[in-house]
Amino acid sequence: MTTVIIEQRRRLRPSGGPDRVYRVVLRLAGAGVLLLMTLVGAFLFDKAADALGIAGWSFLTTEKWEPDSGNFGIAAVLTGTVLIAGVAIGIAVPLAIGMALYVSEYAPRGLRPALIGLVDLMAAVPSVVYGLWGFAFLQGHVIGLARWLATYLSWIPFFKVTGSDPRDPLATETVYTSSTFIAGMVVAMMIAPVICSIMREAFSQAPIGEREGAFALGATRWGMIRSVVLPFGRGGMIGGTMLGLGRALGETIAVYLIISPVFSIQPHILQNGANSVSALIALRYGEAGPVALSALMAAGVALFLMTLVVNFGAGIIVARSRSGAESEA
Amino acid sequence: MTLLSDRDQDQLQDQAPEVRRNTATLRSEDVLTAIGAAVAAVCLTALIFYWIAPFSGALGFVVVAFVAFLALYAVLLWLDGDGPSVRDRLVSAIVHGLAALLLVALVFVVSFTLIKGFSALVHPNFFTEDLSVTGPLAPLTEGGGLHALVGTLEQIGLALLITIPVGLLCALFLSELRGPFPRLVRTVVEAMTALPSIVAGLFIYATVLLIFGFEPSGFAASLAISVMMLPIMIRAADVVLRLVPGHLKEASFALGASRWRTAWTVVLPTARPGLATAIILATARGIGETSPVLLTAGYTKALNTDAFHDPQVSLPLATFMLIKSPEPNVVARGYGTAALLMVLVLLLFVIARLVGGRGPQELTPRQRRARARASARDFARFQRREASAPVTTPAGEEIP
Repeated sequence: MTTVIIEQRRRLRPSGGPDRVYRVVLRLAGAGVLLLMTLVGAFLFDKAADALGIAGWSFLTTEKWEPDSGNFGIAAVLTGTVLIAGVAIGIAVPLAIGMALYVSEYAPRGLRPALIGLVDLMAAVPSVVYGLWGFAFLQGHVIGLARWLATYLSWIPFFKVTGSDPRDPLATETVYTSSTFIAGMVVAMMIAPVICSIMREAFSQAPIGEREGAFALGATRWGMIRSVVLPFGRGGMIGGTMLGLGRALGETIAVYLIISPVFSIQPHILQNGANSVSALIALRYGEAGPVALSALMAAGVALFLMTLVVNFGAGIIVARSRSGAESEA
Repeated sequence: MTLLSDRDQDQLQDQAPEVRRNTATLRSEDVLTAIGAAVAAVCLTALIFYWIAPFSGALGFVVVAFVAFLALYAVLLWLDGDGPSVRDRLVSAIVHGLAALLLVALVFVVSFTLIKGFSALVHPNFFTEDLSVTGPLAPLTEGGGLHALVGTLEQIGLALLITIPVGLLCALFLSELRGPFPRLVRTVVEAMTALPSIVAGLFIYATVLLIFGFEPSGFAASLAISVMMLPIMIRAADVVLRLVPGHLKEASFALGASRWRTAWTVVLPTARPGLATAIILATARGIGETSPVLLTAGYTKALNTDAFHDPQVSLPLATFMLIKSPEPNVVARGYGTAALLMVLVLLLFVIARLVGGRGPQELTPRQRRARARASARDFARFQRREASAPVTTPAGEEIP
């Protein structure tokens, strides 16, 4: 006869001493970071509430910025921010898609690591360098392009420039400087490597089996890209674009160096005069009294909420897409 | 195994030796088509620009030429190809064009600053003097950017002193513990990565400077940089820590190690290259930020090594201030500080590549030799033990 030993279920206990200290330290670090971050958020919202109490709902519709007389709003600066970011995205995304596809699909294998490193390095270049280039070089050299667009495409409302006659060769060219378009171009240069690097990551994770399957069924390279790489990388493309948008919305120095601030809604992107929330803060923080400071905080919070929505949207889209499916294993 | 009959073998010998087939995807006609289309496009554009339409400008020429190239290329391809192959070649041409455009533009942006900054950087006094006694009209052989360089190094150093311990511990917390609390912290940290850097600067300006009454200083600037860097670093480190293979941790637990031991001896060493990369890339972001420093550090032309008192300038801020001057020599110094900043970022980036370039299982030759030595020591230890005490099975039989 054999005795059946019924094994007792053992209790798994966290081991003593050092482990408990370890957990406590980790929890403390987590709680500390949480505290700091909520403190920043709560402080900003609290200060912003003061300004919102003064301005009320007209904060969203007023174009002027005269906080000391209680007449201020973000209608102009927020529109300006969105327009600059829109121009930047419009220029950067096609370039980034082309570059990402080139690096992941077309480039010779030996060249690939160098290109990846170069793009990542460009993404790490400080924004003041791009701003410098826009301020010192682009400002003077893009007038021809802006003038051409204004001459031949002025039937598109955005490209209209008032106060200039494109047929007149002696007309002043200053109406084309310091515009939303130039600021958008500089920001586009800045965010294109960021977008490209995320897209490339997504493209390069497209499964090799499906790629070879497409080739085996007789697809051309573009056929394979369209049916395998692009659907697989869609999440990465949208997510990368939105992260770039978040960076573009918050960019300060490059925009500040280029624009000449106006406090009215300026939908003509080629025309002199633009504005953005971050440039407004950089411009006015020094002379601000308590009310003006909380008004700036309110503008900052509005910008923060916008980038927050964009970033979370990007995060959700990237997480849902198939792109991340393999790395989670 | 198949045996060939005599007849089969005869047939094989009758056949001509097989010619190696060309499997390359690029035929000579393709190259010639592309070259032909390119030449035709350039000629056509030149005709348009100089004879027909009142267009001018180098950029316009390139754009029109590229569009003309695409059209002509499509027509040429259509002559001896079907729809899919024409589309394939066209897309390939467009992708190459876009990539070249972006690459040229980016390289131009970066080299523009480097080349312009060269005239200031060649003078050794740029690294040894500040601008306190240098007038706006002084030649480039006087004055320099030492104050900005020192300011940048001190500010980023202080910021790293705050962010590295807190950031790494918090990332470990997020990846090691489960439950609603870490989830909440992760959500908040992800939200804070969206904080525009100027708003982080405004926060420090409103609290540290206005409420607590600190003067504008390098310390305030490093606090602003820390607020901005911390979420970035935590998120990057968290991603790296979550990539540590689960079976390594399980093996450690199975050997009876505690959680702390596992984190210290398995998780952190495995993730070390990735963590270093996360830290260095966050540093590169922090070092180049102008807007938080603009609000919190003040501006000075003199060297100030004390980060806690008096204004202290950093490289991006100095660039920003100098570049707006109408004097060419001051502007040249601005380019010099910008170029210096870029060299710093480049240096950090190269270090990040060297440290984080290889995966967790790949070793440097030196590490490999160290592993081999450790293995040899273990082998010697086992042999000594075997020699002193014969190993036995549980049943008590001696192993021969």
